[in-house]
Amino acid sequence: MTTFPIEKIRADFPILQEKIRNKPLVYLDNAASCQKPQQVIDSIVHCYSHEYANVHRGVHTLSVRATDRYEGAREKVKDFINAQSTKEIIFVRGATEAINLIAQTFAKSNIKAGDEILITAMEHHSNIVPWQMLCAETGAVLKVAPINLQGELIYDEFEKLISDKTRLVAVVHMSNALGTINPVEKIIAAAKAKNIPVLLDGAQAIPHMSVDVQALDCDFYVFSGHKLYAPSGIGVLYGKQALLEAMPPYQGGGDMIRKVTFEETEYNTLPYKFEAGTPNIADVIGLGAAIDYLNEIGMDNVAAYEAELLGYATAKAKQIKGLRLIGEAREKGAILSFVLDKIHPHDIGTMLDSLGIAIRAGHHCAMPVMDFFEVPATARASFAMYNTKEEIDVLINGIESLIEIFG
Amino acid sequence: MFDDLRDLYQEVIFDHNRNPRNFHVMEDADRKVEGFNPLCGDRLTLFLKMDGDKISDASFQGSGCAISTASVSLMTEIVKGKTEAEAEELFKQFHEMTTGKEEKINLEAIGKLAVLAGVREYPARVKCATLAWHTLDAALKNEQESISTE
Repeated sequence: MTTFPIEKIRADFPILQEKIRNKPLVYLDNAASCQKPQQVIDSIVHCYSHEYANVHRGVHTLSVRATDRYEGAREKVKDFINAQSTKEIIFVRGATEAINLIAQTFAKSNIKAGDEILITAMEHHSNIVPWQMLCAETGAVLKVAPINLQGELIYDEFEKLISDKTRLVAVVHMSNALGTINPVEKIIAAAKAKNIPVLLDGAQAIPHMSVDVQALDCDFYVFSGHKLYAPSGIGVLYGKQALLEAMPPYQGGGDMIRKVTFEETEYNTLPYKFEAGTPNIADVIGLGAAIDYLNEIGMDNVAAYEAELLGYATAKAKQIKGLRLIGEAREKGAILSFVLDKIHPHDIGTMLDSLGIAIRAGHHCAMPVMDFFEVPATARASFAMYNTKEEIDVLINGIESLIEIFG
Repeated sequence: MFDDLRDLYQEVIFDHNRNPRNFHVMEDADRKVEGFNPLCGDRLTLFLKMDGDKISDASFQGSGCAISTASVSLMTEIVKGKTEAEAEELFKQFHEMTTGKEEKINLEAIGKLAVLAGVREYPARVKCATLAWHTLDAALKNEQESISTE
């Protein structure tokens, strides 16, 4: 652990030098979106300064350069999650768009009235609403596997909900509201036993652990760049090639076609079939730079460092009288959701902000989770690899002081 | 430690948060409207007893942050005995005070509601302070459905 290059990492993130309300920024809202290292910022500046043109089109040098960098980033994503082929890596706006894409193409062509889609009670709205929309359209039924008071999936109940009618299992890899890491290996094995495809929502998991889609054997894995130290507005849909081949396109337009006449259109091959229109070129290149950056540190090192941060923060938080942790799963990522006796999370958020501490206060786009724990909202401190124990001390002191002031 | 926040969290606000006034269900209310702020989960039910066009009694139930609780608590105090027109005028004044669109606030009319003027500097918290008044507005217009600040 002493070898984790925390000082170098912190120096790479210019925003960490920012003063908020005349105090050093303590940024603990990483589960909402995380900050960007200079290397990622530079990659975007470099793209627009030296290598920007449209991709896949021009014979001119710049277009070739941009295409190389764009497709190079796809290669990096493929290696990062260990996909078999770059054909399985589709660039989208984010995890939300990826899930909607799957709902509107794969699911719509495979799901009919009476069929079931199985999710869990800890899903983000982005893995609930697209399925509700699909169910309303098709007459399919959304099944929800329950969680326990620790915020863990009740696995036996989940397994019981897998039926002959289940056509898709869509599960969050790591919960953004609770930090819970789901037993995805078991979930996938149970679904595979009945030939049911599995979609993992990896938006929250991907910055905290190494992910190997072949080892997992999931059918779809989706994530957003902005939570992975990459720009906002870019994300990834991984899908097994055979499934992607069989799926109808999502949007029509340029780049996703091979031949167009007014009589008929022949679609392009993977992955371009799902990338209609000019893509988000610079931000894809930024995502590639973020992956380079993380590879240098090593995701296993990130996971070990963050586990230590979470352990430290949890132990300190538990000593605070009147603090209740929301989400105490045994398998948990670096998220600390909590409520305080008689102090609303929004007051906590404003008070901590005055000390330079950025946390999230609210329902975290997971209103059903709030309902389950019977709280209107929680305060959430979520950690990234650039956070330190000293920052956790600042947080803990801040919480203790605001409890005092509220009396 | 929280010196910067003194304008927002005045002692009066802590006081009303700890001991909200008129915090009870009104069984014989003439008007009952729910207010909800989906962003933060603040939820309140406002009860009014009317005597002609005069608000003879006001009370509330619900849960929210210190700003929203203090705001609704103060509001139920100040609107008692006011006519509908007077209450609407107060709402207008309060809205101007908290959103800062007009500097010409009638401080005399606004009275102790002035303790909430600090939210103007905290755009994310303005809705906490105004939820009570939007709910009152709906109650005076006799809208029965629940209202939302979103």
